[in-house]
Amino acid sequence: MDPELIIETRNLSYQFGNQLVIDQVSLNVRKGSIYGFLGPNGAGKTTTIKVLLNLLQTGEKKVFLFGKDLHNNRLEILSGIGSLIEQPAIYSHLSGKENLLNRALLLRVPHARIHEMLDLVNLTEHADKKAGKYSLGMKQRLGIALALLHDPKLLILDEPTNGLDPNGIIEIRQLIRKLVEERGKTVFISSHLLSEVEKMVTHIGIINRGKLIFQGTIEELHSLSEKQLEIQTDDLINSKELLCRKGYRAEILSDTILIPYLSEDHCAEINSLLVKNNHKVYSLAVSKQNLENLFLSITK
Amino acid sequence: MQGFFLSLQSEFYKTRSTLAFLSAILLPLVLCILISIGFYTHADKIILLSPKMQWFRFSGAFLGVMGSLILPILIIFQTFSVNNIEHRAEMWKSLYSLPLPKWSIYSAKYIYVVFLNALCLTLFASFIVASGHLLNVLNPDLKFNQFNISGILFKLHLKLFLASLGILSIQFLFSLLWADFLKPMGIGFVLTVFGIITANLGWKYAFTIPYTHPMLALQSMMKQVLNNQKGKLEFNLLSQEIYVSLIVAALTFTIGYFVINKRSIR
Repeated sequence: MDPELIIETRNLSYQFGNQLVIDQVSLNVRKGSIYGFLGPNGAGKTTTIKVLLNLLQTGEKKVFLFGKDLHNNRLEILSGIGSLIEQPAIYSHLSGKENLLNRALLLRVPHARIHEMLDLVNLTEHADKKAGKYSLGMKQRLGIALALLHDPKLLILDEPTNGLDPNGIIEIRQLIRKLVEERGKTVFISSHLLSEVEKMVTHIGIINRGKLIFQGTIEELHSLSEKQLEIQTDDLINSKELLCRKGYRAEILSDTILIPYLSEDHCAEINSLLVKNNHKVYSLAVSKQNLENLFLSITK
Repeated sequence: MQGFFLSLQSEFYKTRSTLAFLSAILLPLVLCILISIGFYTHADKIILLSPKMQWFRFSGAFLGVMGSLILPILIIFQTFSVNNIEHRAEMWKSLYSLPLPKWSIYSAKYIYVVFLNALCLTLFASFIVASGHLLNVLNPDLKFNQFNISGILFKLHLKLFLASLGILSIQFLFSLLWADFLKPMGIGFVLTVFGIITANLGWKYAFTIPYTHPMLALQSMMKQVLNNQKGKLEFNLLSQEIYVSLIVAALTFTIGYFVINKRSIR
């Protein structure tokens, strides 16, 4: 067993009744990585996370965390994990600080750590406010503080940016980076939007209809995307029709025409065709397929 | 075992300012104040009675409603409130993903509800005794200070406590399984009314229904006291309905643990 693997599942399957929700998923999450677990809604992300936390039970030798079988080492493994599943679980009648105090009491964490966590998630000023009156972003940050309170090695976050405004998303992103860079944590984060996590993750796993369809580094995902030729003309619709008539696979996206890139000669050929037919060509550029589009095409 | 005590402490910490905890103190206090005011303003109706009979009338005013209705409803409310804190905060998934044994979380919650029930009944007995003496100070013609009822009153409340453990365990399991208010409250209320009817009708097998136990406990106590040929205030703490209540409590607690242990948190 690879000691660098913090999370490992071996052909993990899970079903609710007759419905197969996770189908032969083999995750490999390395120490010190930020692993983005992506998939559309209902793909099996939360179910996988609940299995990793032993909230949903599977057989032996399927799920390994820190190199140990979850089935037989539940307490030891859970003591190394901090988690935030779906919306943060917070007692709304208690203040932010009291929520942390209650968790500290349960996990025998020194009280000094509470102030440290409040500082880390920028909630010191609002520590005595009832958690029920917190904004969604503040609740998410409190949820992360609760997850980090016992200083776990692994942080599992299920859609932590769900419902947050752009500032909230940036704050969570910065916090996660800080945790990995400064505190050496491993983070497993799920999302249904690649754009929300692509700027912070080192590794990506894409799940769709219960199957893990891609797993690798962000660079490996980039290499899957094909180059495209972006064309801007004075009349996009007629230009596209002309190109299609001549056998090119052209499509309009926003204010550009996209054609799969083949070669430089091929670009010149297209330019010449458009000009000869009195289309004004404003620009011709080669680009890579947007990762979000790639993600969407993979999970179609 | 440490996980159990930590969970118990946490139960108190998170409920200390909620109605789940406060109801155990407020209900006996409010009821005592109201009944005491009633007796103070209508003291002339009991003033000629013997000290023992004055206490009987005074404590009977509490126990009549307590045994039949208030105690079961209070238990239904407390078990619901203690579990609802977790349902409302969607906390179960978070609690069960902490490095704590599942049994410690489950049993700490159960023991905490048992503690709330014990606290409430102890306060009831204490407030009744204290109110009687206070009434005597306010109206010296009353004779509450001429008879000591505390021993029998605490014993009777202990009997009520034991008789209520069956209801408590069933309601605890209901409110653990169902997040919505209506199911545990609705079923509990219907069973309580059913219990009152069967106990009042004197049905032979009423003792098999946990919701009749507090009432049956009071009835058996009354029967023994009234039939005591020496006129002594004596009754058995353990009677048929108490044994059934304890057995139901133990069984339901055990079943509940296995249900929770095997249950997936969706």
